[in-house]
Amino acid sequence: MMENQNIQPNNGLGQPVIEIKDLYKSFEELPVLKGVDLTVNKGENVVVLGRSGSGKSVLIKIIVGLLKQDSGIVKVLGQDVDTLQEKELNALRLRIGFSFQSSALYDSMNIRQNLEFPLKMNRKNISKKEIALAVEEMLNAVGLEDKVDQMPAELSGGQRKRIGIARTLILKPEIMLYDEPTAGLDPITSFEINNLINQMQLKYNTSSIIITHDLTCAKETGDRVGMFVEGRFTRMGKFEDVFDTNDEHVKGFYNYNFIQ
Amino acid sequence: MSINKAFQFVVQFFKQVLKPPFHFAEIINQSFEMGLKSLPLITLTGFIVGLVFTKQSRPPLEDFGATSWLPSLIGIAIVKAMGPLVTALICAGKVGSGIGAELGSMKVTEQIDAMEVSAINPFKYLVVTRVTATMITIPILSFYCIVVGLLGSYVNIRAEEGTSFIAFYQNAFSTINFLDLFTSVIKSVIFGFTIGIVGCYKGFNASQGTRGVGIAANQAVVTAMFLIFMEEMLIVQVSNWMRYF
Repeated sequence: MMENQNIQPNNGLGQPVIEIKDLYKSFEELPVLKGVDLTVNKGENVVVLGRSGSGKSVLIKIIVGLLKQDSGIVKVLGQDVDTLQEKELNALRLRIGFSFQSSALYDSMNIRQNLEFPLKMNRKNISKKEIALAVEEMLNAVGLEDKVDQMPAELSGGQRKRIGIARTLILKPEIMLYDEPTAGLDPITSFEINNLINQMQLKYNTSSIIITHDLTCAKETGDRVGMFVEGRFTRMGKFEDVFDTNDEHVKGFYNYNFIQ
Repeated sequence: MSINKAFQFVVQFFKQVLKPPFHFAEIINQSFEMGLKSLPLITLTGFIVGLVFTKQSRPPLEDFGATSWLPSLIGIAIVKAMGPLVTALICAGKVGSGIGAELGSMKVTEQIDAMEVSAINPFKYLVVTRVTATMITIPILSFYCIVVGLLGSYVNIRAEEGTSFIAFYQNAFSTINFLDLFTSVIKSVIFGFTIGIVGCYKGFNASQGTRGVGIAANQAVVTAMFLIFMEEMLIVQVSNWMRYF
């Protein structure tokens, strides 16, 4: 296990699907990412663990091209995200799923329409029957087939998260980016979401980055865990190894989560 | 900085409006929503404006023994100025604030980002469709407001002078020429564009959570109304100038 900036491929897994080198990002005068290095391999779940405001979400927003870095290289599925034209970036985005912290379901659409929307907009030749089958498959996968005609406002927080994940997976992405998947949920619902993330990885063979400050989520879902402190990784490895340290930041985070 | 940002937003609209894909279904849906929801208010306001304007214009004309000019005066006022202006102001309040609040809410709850990461162009799907819809809907609503306004005026004139419907309309349109009608239509299209683009711009740039949504809706109305008055002044100047050529 490495300290003070990881970040090596796990040789037991497939080829790298995400490679980040020396990534910097500031907002006006405030530096948020301070030289991040990270490699995610095919079929691997990497958890980015850190306090709120440490720059975790900024990291995955750069990966998907929602934000631009100041410097550094971000390669996703072999393509340098920063240099892509709009069409190429959109083609790449179809291979990446992004599950938002707020679920980001479209308020004006019911659940069926939420799931159909990315398919209708991106697969011009898809038939109505194929769309209906895809929606049914995804709702079955997240266990919410009975909510198909409800509006997002009628669902609980956990159900919204599940639908958000289903909407993302309907395009069959190769990479999943989860932004705080268990934030604001009770322990039982968090446990269900963690299971869902693992099931989706097995079923659709996705590689994932999971952003969280929830240690249970990190332990349950991560093949590797990276401790993210003030804009950079300070430790990376298996969950038990990361916390086998006397580092104040890391121990404090562990103790707060499990003792509290 | 803000003016430059707004200018870039407008430029982006013109760049994207003619590029496929064209979301016709969404444009029709938005036009229908905007039109239908504004109809009761425009009916009421247009009718009352026509009726009250006629009532208030009568005494001064009576002083000069010129009440027979009343339909012509009302025709000029409603077709050239009040119809498009009243419609635009109502729609700035109703449609503009709605667009600002809806897009602002989508922005702060990451729904716009969700579209973008799904390889859907949110500008094309949300802004181009809404602005196109307002550019189609406002002229239609303006025409409707003119008809209802003239009807309100006719009701009063019929009650006071007993003028027939045909005579009223012949008099009302006797002083209206093609340039007047053309200017009214163009003006309504410009007002529609203003309402749509301001609402979308304010919504797209909303921040600070739910407070930001309220601010976006409020600024969408205030800015659109201010611009509509500025445009009205400018268009009147230009159309008067065109009369000499």
